[in-house]
Amino acid sequence: MGKLIAATGNQAVAQAMRQIDPHVVAAYPITPQTDVVEEFAAFVADGVVATEFVPVESEHSSMSTVIGASAAGVRAMTATSSQGLALMWEMLYIAAGLRLPIVMPVANRALSAPINIHGDQSDTMGARDSGWIQLYCKNQQEAYDTLIQAIRIAEHDSVRLPVMVCYDGFIVSHSLAGMELLEDDQVKAFIGKHKALHPLLDTKNPVTYGPLALFDYYFEFRRQLVEGMARAANVIEEVAEEYARLSGRYYGRYEKYNMDDAEIGVLVLGSAASTAEVVVDELRAQGVKAGLLRLRSFRPFPKAELARELSHLKALCVLDRADSPGALGGPVGVEVRSALLESAKRPAVINGIFGLGGRDTTVDLITTVYHRLMKIVDTGTVDEPLFYLGVRGGNNNGRELEAAIPQARATR
Amino acid sequence: MLEIRWHGRGGQGAVTAAKLLASAAMRAGKNFQAFPEYGPERRGAPVQAFTRIDDEPIRVFSGVAEPDVVVVLDPSLIGKVPLASGLSDEGILLANFDGSPQELREKVGMEGGKVYSVNATAIAMETMGKAITNTPMVGALMKVAGALTIDQVIDEVRAMFGDKLKASLVDANVEALRRAYEEVKGE
Repeated sequence: MGKLIAATGNQAVAQAMRQIDPHVVAAYPITPQTDVVEEFAAFVADGVVATEFVPVESEHSSMSTVIGASAAGVRAMTATSSQGLALMWEMLYIAAGLRLPIVMPVANRALSAPINIHGDQSDTMGARDSGWIQLYCKNQQEAYDTLIQAIRIAEHDSVRLPVMVCYDGFIVSHSLAGMELLEDDQVKAFIGKHKALHPLLDTKNPVTYGPLALFDYYFEFRRQLVEGMARAANVIEEVAEEYARLSGRYYGRYEKYNMDDAEIGVLVLGSAASTAEVVVDELRAQGVKAGLLRLRSFRPFPKAELARELSHLKALCVLDRADSPGALGGPVGVEVRSALLESAKRPAVINGIFGLGGRDTTVDLITTVYHRLMKIVDTGTVDEPLFYLGVRGGNNNGRELEAAIPQARATR
Repeated sequence: MLEIRWHGRGGQGAVTAAKLLASAAMRAGKNFQAFPEYGPERRGAPVQAFTRIDDEPIRVFSGVAEPDVVVVLDPSLIGKVPLASGLSDEGILLANFDGSPQELREKVGMEGGKVYSVNATAIAMETMGKAITNTPMVGALMKVAGALTIDQVIDEVRAMFGDKLKASLVDANVEALRRAYEEVKGE
């Protein structure tokens, strides 16, 4: 049993970074990730970590710095959100393309415009094709646990890819809850000593990183990246099991809640899945066979497993806290539909976009989603394959809107 | 589950109050959640914060729309902000107010529920010499909503501020808690 503390998501992440004690951290503070950088800088100033902390002038520079440090042969981390992640964009692809095991917590936040500092997953969903592993956490404890696991996953010989550890901005990042810290030496032993693989600074064995690879070899490099990503699936599971033996907490690539005998189900990422558990309990108490699947590993995407876990449902709603304007639906919705196409038996699938810009996602709001699914099962027809949950105008109904913005209703 | 909404003005410590209560709940072995409502805050602007306390693990990650208790740190918000919104007939409104609960009810425009008042500003001035109303309001809250005991909260104040404030100021905070606990009035 470790130490029980009260921590926000950001403090939980900063504590994990303290225990990881990376050689180099280069970071720029941005809402809602700011506290991570602030707390970690205090650890550096107080001498509780040995990290070389590089206060950079932008996120493009922070990612560039950790790329350089990682290639040089040390453990390097940064943290970001939203516009900061957007500013890192071209460097994200370079980190992955160079197969550098950089670990980066991301407090998920909406992208401008209009300016919004609150939580949605548009930022990291946009980076889904960058070659980074993406793990989405449901609460403060999981953000802490996952950051520690991410070091092992990223640095695994068969993976060697950067990892984003995503947690909902404000909803988790600024919410205080009780959580358990492992002992410092437990974390140290779990992550192990960093092994430099082909370090750039090993002048006796000179190597080059990121040389020109045109039509002759670029394709092979990208193909190898894909294979590393595929191998990450098993590594995520192995690391999760080993971590569970240490901590008693297990998180795999996805988490099921009352799913096995469910007739209707919701698939969602992040903290909304935690709220949805309460909805499932209420519906089960009413005799409704409701289930929930929380996807934790969006990259790599567990396509075969999801097809197996979801095919028995009569109706499924995939909820996306990000949109892809002009597409068939949200990024998760589109992919889950594709995964199910190979199943002989599959549910009716609808896709809801929700919670953009931090729009409150309440028990009542998620309940309306299950009601949609119950109606589909009753009538056998799908009226709205894609819907926007609790938004003004468009295809919302009044009840959803009421459920969506109780605070706006209550206090404004 | 006990759900509390805190109303204050930026800089008055509504967020600290929500966190103080949450940490005291942890000390008492309960589950908790505390979070501010972030918007374009600046010092002096109306702000809200929320606390949830339960014996069971708390899984809900959304705002508190229908609180069991509303706590008002700043009397100048009364009549300006819809303080009673979301409160049920069993709901409790507790305000820092220099007057009777009946007067408070009238000013808030509240029909059902229960109303309590305590002059936390006076208590804070007399004990701490500053109008820091968050600690006395937590003390008063312990009287009207018994999620925790006053002693559990005092233990947490000593733990939370023990390293940061000098001993006399920690004692003054504890005195403010106790006085508000004793002086809060219901209808």
